[in-house]
Amino acid sequence: MRYLPLTADDRTRMLGVIGAADIDALFVDVPAAARKKDVFDLPRHAGELEVERELAALSAMSRSAGAGPFFCGAGAYRHHVPATVDHIIQRSEFLTSYTPYQPEIAQGTLQVLFEFQTQVAALTGLDVANASMYDGSTACAEAVMMAKRVTRREKAILSGGLHPHYAATTQTIAHAEGMNIVRQGAAIDAEAAVIDAIDAETACVVVQTPNVFGVVTDVTKIAEAAHAAGALLIVVTTEVVSFGLLKSPGEMGADIAVAEGQSIGNALNYGGPYVGLFAVREKLVRQMPGRVCGETLDADGRRGFVLTLSTREQHIRRDKATSNICTNSGLCALAFTIHMTLLGGAGLRQLAQVNHSRARELKAAVEAVGLEVLTPRFFNEIAVRVPGAAAALVEALLGDGVIAGVPYSRLDPHAGLDDILLLAATETTTSEDIAALSAALIRRLGQ
Amino acid sequence: MTMNAVGRPTRPEGSIETTGFKSLTGARALLQDEPLIFELGGWDKTGVDLDEAGHDASDLSGLTRGNVPLPGLSEPETMRHFVRLSQKNHAIDLALYPLGSCTMKHNPRLNEKAARMAGFADLHPLQPVSTTQGALELMDRLAHWLKTLTAMPAVAMTPKAGAHGELCGLLCIRAAHEAAGQAARRTVLVPTSAHGTNPATAAFVGYSVQEIAQTPDGRVDLADLEAKLGPHVAAIMVTNPNTCGLFERDILEISRLTHAAGAYFYCDGANFNAIVGRVRPGDLGVDAMHINLHKTFSTPHGGGGPGAGPVVLSAALAPFAPAPWVVHGPDGLHLVEEPAAEAVQAFGRMSAFQGQMGMFVRAYAYMRSHGADGLRQVAEDAVLNANYIKARLSGEMSAAFPDGPCMHEALFDDAWLDGTGVTTLDFAKAMIDEGFHPMTMYFPLVVHGAMLIEPTETESKRELDRFCDALLALAAAAKAGDTQRFTGAPHLAPLRRLDETLAARKPRLAWRPEPISVAPTPLAAE
Repeated sequence: MRYLPLTADDRTRMLGVIGAADIDALFVDVPAAARKKDVFDLPRHAGELEVERELAALSAMSRSAGAGPFFCGAGAYRHHVPATVDHIIQRSEFLTSYTPYQPEIAQGTLQVLFEFQTQVAALTGLDVANASMYDGSTACAEAVMMAKRVTRREKAILSGGLHPHYAATTQTIAHAEGMNIVRQGAAIDAEAAVIDAIDAETACVVVQTPNVFGVVTDVTKIAEAAHAAGALLIVVTTEVVSFGLLKSPGEMGADIAVAEGQSIGNALNYGGPYVGLFAVREKLVRQMPGRVCGETLDADGRRGFVLTLSTREQHIRRDKATSNICTNSGLCALAFTIHMTLLGGAGLRQLAQVNHSRARELKAAVEAVGLEVLTPRFFNEIAVRVPGAAAALVEALLGDGVIAGVPYSRLDPHAGLDDILLLAATETTTSEDIAALSAALIRRLGQ
Repeated sequence: MTMNAVGRPTRPEGSIETTGFKSLTGARALLQDEPLIFELGGWDKTGVDLDEAGHDASDLSGLTRGNVPLPGLSEPETMRHFVRLSQKNHAIDLALYPLGSCTMKHNPRLNEKAARMAGFADLHPLQPVSTTQGALELMDRLAHWLKTLTAMPAVAMTPKAGAHGELCGLLCIRAAHEAAGQAARRTVLVPTSAHGTNPATAAFVGYSVQEIAQTPDGRVDLADLEAKLGPHVAAIMVTNPNTCGLFERDILEISRLTHAAGAYFYCDGANFNAIVGRVRPGDLGVDAMHINLHKTFSTPHGGGGPGAGPVVLSAALAPFAPAPWVVHGPDGLHLVEEPAAEAVQAFGRMSAFQGQMGMFVRAYAYMRSHGADGLRQVAEDAVLNANYIKARLSGEMSAAFPDGPCMHEALFDDAWLDGTGVTTLDFAKAMIDEGFHPMTMYFPLVVHGAMLIEPTETESKRELDRFCDALLALAAAAKAGDTQRFTGAPHLAPLRRLDETLAARKPRLAWRPEPISVAPTPLAAE
């Protein structure tokens, strides 16, 4: 077998050194009733060619996003990732290294994490960021639990524009910890409605901008209201390219910013792995979950980086830790850092402008076929009202080779918003794609 | 002097003293010092060429920011920056990476190639399921493998890492107790030797944690377990093989006692590599177990993730598994994202979307390559390699549990270092100078100065011997009083030992920018 270096002769000689009669002698502690003599009822080993053929056949069964006009967003976005990114993350020294517990021989990973943290802090307009979370949704749940630790209050208010999967993840995890999660009804342009729900029990309010309907909101007033009541403001962003153009969460008064970082450096991957961004104000850093990399000196006085503030973490604090997270999204954070380094602030600004421009083109095209666009202020995503069920329309448009976005009902079937379709455009969306969508809509809607 | 035809010397003359030699620039041949990107980049520089925006952003007036204060680098500068950094990392592709509990094994590149196929990598999680049948089919096949290898009837695929899987498992257990009117059960029993994630996860779901004692031979103390079980206990969390690298001989009795007390048995599957293909957790009475695909099934660890932690579940817990999951329908595979009436017991959602698809592809490619027969050989070779190391090192180093075989990792204590002035940490750092990554140190907590060595099955006998020879030489040096070699180690790494106290006392967690002199970039057409 190609992944196993030991030969039969090696095994015999090694058993001799150990003083064991055979391999079974090493499994002697397994209860006899649980020792399986036979090979399990699964296929036997296969050569590389055979496995590659099977996987290629499975891959070919799906219609990839890039195979034609495509308008899905709602928390994951198809962007162009420079070839350099994927080349570097496949270098052995990054791909096949562990969490950097031995900093003397992990400075590569550690310096990247320090750069990542600095980039995330700058993008979110906050002071410090951690070394990544699993994804945006789990980062959101962790932020809510962090707010409980900071404020010693148990109520969290989630806006009606928060991505329903984020709300569900937060409800599941924070509820288990005994928090009272108040989720406002789905609303396209009502992030500020959380203000009326803030009371003296409120640990945090969670708002999203651009929200799941694509609406951009200045949350400054929400921050003021939250702070006046002693609560924290958590700002969620699922499209981080928007940080290139829009006011940052920190600039608007957020205490914690969480985001899905997939858009920069990472493929769609059918939902994962992604990379959660988590940034806070300096004074909150010791309640932050997750790994953190910090600057220090070595024995010769040279600058170096280490994992630090580990007294917050599970391997030291066990049941008193700020989170149970261990493995995070290191390689996805590396991809983010490389892509962000290539872009720079200037490139990100330009990329954001192109995204916004394509979305303006998309909006005009949708309005031209007579559909109502419900998103008053958008970055690269809009909510559109369609006649009938959006899900049925998306299925119908597949017949024209167009993947026409995400029906809101898929995210939240109980909201009564079955006629809402979410459409996103990025720099990968061409004018031809938009024309194809328009033509298909005209054909299906009979206009 | 030996020279070629153009007068270039072709042989070194004599031996050159290199001790204390320093280059004029501070570089060390192939190893370059590399500044941070914030010290290299241009504030208005970019390494990407983008289209011009056709429309402006005037419709977002009042909502936009000034410049984004981040430097950019051109493509060649970016490549060089990260390649130079990469050369400061140890990696499994370079040498043995014997971190106990971490299962650092070879990562086949076929798996990387497969994960990048467009039908997996370029699929949006919310595009119509009729267009993602190949991905769902792969998830379904992977689930079948995981269930068959563990003899468990169900698997929750969405957890994103081991600790996330623990959380998923405990939430299932909590939901099951609540459904049975047993919500008062709020204690989780955890052995002293457990991974830190176990008590952290239990606390995360609002449970209190009580520790179970360990026997002198490194196993769960049955009498202590029995004494602590009761109507207040929701679950036990036991790693098997345990963190001492030993199989819990009384595992069947552990599960019997647990179930008799009305509690569930959560097994931490971090060490599944030792038994895959030979022992099925379902036959041991396990109710829930996460499987670290980034350990047993070789998805690369990537310097700290991403991982994946699907959780196999017993019939009792299966109804409580979180959404989404894959089902077979008359017209193909479907994804249940919002559980309807027939599945209202599902406890909720672990994250947005379907889980770590990229890791699923890699793990499935790995399983198909090995097959059922190869996976059995994986466990056997992993255990053989660990026992070989234990046998070879036991003459000089003290095994924590010398009697009987270990499983996939060999555990030593620091008794053999008594009187040498060398600590476990010093010894581990000296391994760096010899070209090896240190083993897991000071874990498990139940063994003084613990050194936990897990070689995995992907090491050749030659590499194992090279490793053992190096450790034996170091052990001899420690005992011979060559203390400086250890207390000053590492001497040859890119950096010497780092000051972790300084880092924690006054944290500098982001580069502090100098005042930026470049004017904010104006918005297009503004």
